[in-house]
Amino acid sequence: MNKLDKEITLAKKKWASFQDNKEPIIYIGAASCGRAAGALDLRTRINDFIEEKKVKATIIEVGCIGPCYLEPLIDIKMPGQPRVSYNNVNAKTLSIILKSHLINGVAHAKLALGHFGKKGFEGIPQFYELPMLKPQVRVVLRNCGLIDPEDIDQYLAVDGYQGFIKAITTMTPDDVIGVVRQAGLRGRGGAGFPTHKKWAVCRNSPGDQKYLICNADEGDPGAFMNRSLIESDPHAVLEGMLIAGYAIGASKGIVYIRAEYPLAIERLKFAIKQMKDCGLLGKNILRSDFSFDIRIKEGAGAFVCGEETALIGSIEGKRGMPKSRPPFPAISGLFGAPTIINNVETMGTLPNILRNGAEWYTKFGKEGNRGTKTFSLVGKIRRPGLIEVQLGTSLREIIFDIGGGVQKNFKAIQTGGPSGGCLSEEFLDLAVDYESLAAAGSIMGSGGLIVMDEDTCIVDLAKYFLDFTQKESCGKCVPCRVGTRHMVEILERITHGEGNPEDLLALRTLGDTIKKGALCGLGQTAPNPVLTTLRYFRNEYLEHINNHRCRATVCKELIEYRVIKEKCTGCQSCVRVCPTGAITGPRSEPHNLDLTKCIKCRSCYEICRFDAIAGDAIVIQTGEKKS
Amino acid sequence: MPETIEAIFKKHGRTSDELIPILQDVQKEFGYIAQESLKKISRYLKLSENLVFGVASFYTQFRFTEPGKHAVKVCLGTACHVRGGSTLLDTLERGLGISCGETTEDRRFDLERVACLGCCALSPVVQIDRDIYSRMSVNRLTELLKKYE
Repeated sequence: MNKLDKEITLAKKKWASFQDNKEPIIYIGAASCGRAAGALDLRTRINDFIEEKKVKATIIEVGCIGPCYLEPLIDIKMPGQPRVSYNNVNAKTLSIILKSHLINGVAHAKLALGHFGKKGFEGIPQFYELPMLKPQVRVVLRNCGLIDPEDIDQYLAVDGYQGFIKAITTMTPDDVIGVVRQAGLRGRGGAGFPTHKKWAVCRNSPGDQKYLICNADEGDPGAFMNRSLIESDPHAVLEGMLIAGYAIGASKGIVYIRAEYPLAIERLKFAIKQMKDCGLLGKNILRSDFSFDIRIKEGAGAFVCGEETALIGSIEGKRGMPKSRPPFPAISGLFGAPTIINNVETMGTLPNILRNGAEWYTKFGKEGNRGTKTFSLVGKIRRPGLIEVQLGTSLREIIFDIGGGVQKNFKAIQTGGPSGGCLSEEFLDLAVDYESLAAAGSIMGSGGLIVMDEDTCIVDLAKYFLDFTQKESCGKCVPCRVGTRHMVEILERITHGEGNPEDLLALRTLGDTIKKGALCGLGQTAPNPVLTTLRYFRNEYLEHINNHRCRATVCKELIEYRVIKEKCTGCQSCVRVCPTGAITGPRSEPHNLDLTKCIKCRSCYEICRFDAIAGDAIVIQTGEKKS
Repeated sequence: MPETIEAIFKKHGRTSDELIPILQDVQKEFGYIAQESLKKISRYLKLSENLVFGVASFYTQFRFTEPGKHAVKVCLGTACHVRGGSTLLDTLERGLGISCGETTEDRRFDLERVACLGCCALSPVVQIDRDIYSRMSVNRLTELLKKYE
């Protein structure tokens, strides 16, 4: 029996006693988002509580289970009872929960979100039957929030590394590529190129040294799937790297990860150390001919480094500028050696495919678009969070069934981040697959879904995205460097109410030219947000240009703040917060707002909205601009 | 006592792919990349100063001036943008009297914008030093800054 087998046997035993716990277990959702919501403070409070009451309990930090809007999440599992999840826990509710559940052994039905397992408690729904969770299919995220990401034994106990063990003991590298082909896996980084094709090219390229790079440079603003996966289940990603490395014949693996994700980096480093201890990295892994090592390379903050050739340049210590292809990295990549770059999610999918077989995987999704995809569902949505659905699920299902609908009236959804497009209501029944999204002028991208309601200005949003890509443009090719700048300037003019009707044609021409002429994916997709919004929301552009009107009251130059005299109770809250002294007036009398002093900072609007008496006495208006 | 730059060099080889990791370590240790550091790195790796600065200035992570006491970063990811992140940045710029990328005169605060902190479901967020504050508003932010001396 080798070291790993022993470890697995031990891990399973440990897991079984963990499931059949003799003392209470408290789970804390402590991925980055949970921490931002205050999870670590809760952890201190829980520690203090059990010390004070002299209760024995195990506390473990788990990753992200998905419904981020309910953070922080605390789960309690009493001996012989199912695990119960509590949401939006704060200091006050925490002590109620702990007293009720931990001390008296009664789950607090009012504060509880749901329970795991079949048998539960009265008045508490099953966790996976919750509206947000029910339509989801969890393949990549199967362990997220359920296991301790810093304990390799828990991963091993839930059949972790079985996919890799199967591959290395019973299959040749070509078999592995064959299984991935049958499964129909396409790269989850955005472009959707068939993974097996890329692999086969690399495998057949001559060269003693080949590299496998896991692209965790999740630069899309508004996307956090990869961060969540690494923070919650790092071993799944690393197992995927072993499988891919074996298939392409690489002996070195690199995780290229954003420096903005310190917790994910920490978890990866820890997991790699555990792998080494178990003999899952190093020379002749599991007494095979396969030797593999993984190291971490921190990105230094450049969106363009998500592009394959730029990423390679960055690892080589150069400015991260893309190169023209061919040669493709699979033939000549890092240090001139054949290199495969796969996204984090692709890696996270591989163990599942190898463990369960290609046929199992093809049950999900549809012809040509097999499997599942994770998305970060954010914006003006009721239930933002991390989700996973089968490819081919409609936008309507994602937004309304899983996301619980939009806060106000639905306006648009942006798929694919700054490289993607903005789709209007008529596309709600569009199936989310690579081809359908492309046909609508957008892209799948890595998986950011940003929902917008009537309070979002489409022109401002298009400007925001283009401003982002313009700033991130590496400056190598002219269409991207100069073209995007011109587009931003035009959009600035329009949002300032200084646009003219010809601007729209100019935007289109520029956009089409950049798409055709740019060197890399960043430039080729940069105009998408503008082109799609021009197509589907032309009226809003025209309103800005012709009527100087921003219906969402976002564009500062086109709005003004007003005090509604009839509603103002003269409470002075706004007078106090106004930084420029634009609001004046004695107590109990309607206040005056001096528009010449107002800098539209929103302070008064926020304060007033939360005032129970006055309500919406301050409004933001847009109208015809007097020239 | 900060580590010397020579001690940092010892942890790295002399190949050009070590450039970015060295820059990262130097910045971690000293808070920024001083001109003197650039010179030493260039000598150590046998690369021109031009090239070293060219690489360092390409990436947003590296800064070349001494940082202030507290780093304030406003997230301007898409989710934060649609929920008013840029208004927060305006507030800070006005409140601190500096533009994005600058340091206050009393060296108390640095103000930066970041593309995305990955906490989109809790937007808008602001990071001060290592703490992330979620669901910020203009008024809460003004209050929050007072806590940092």
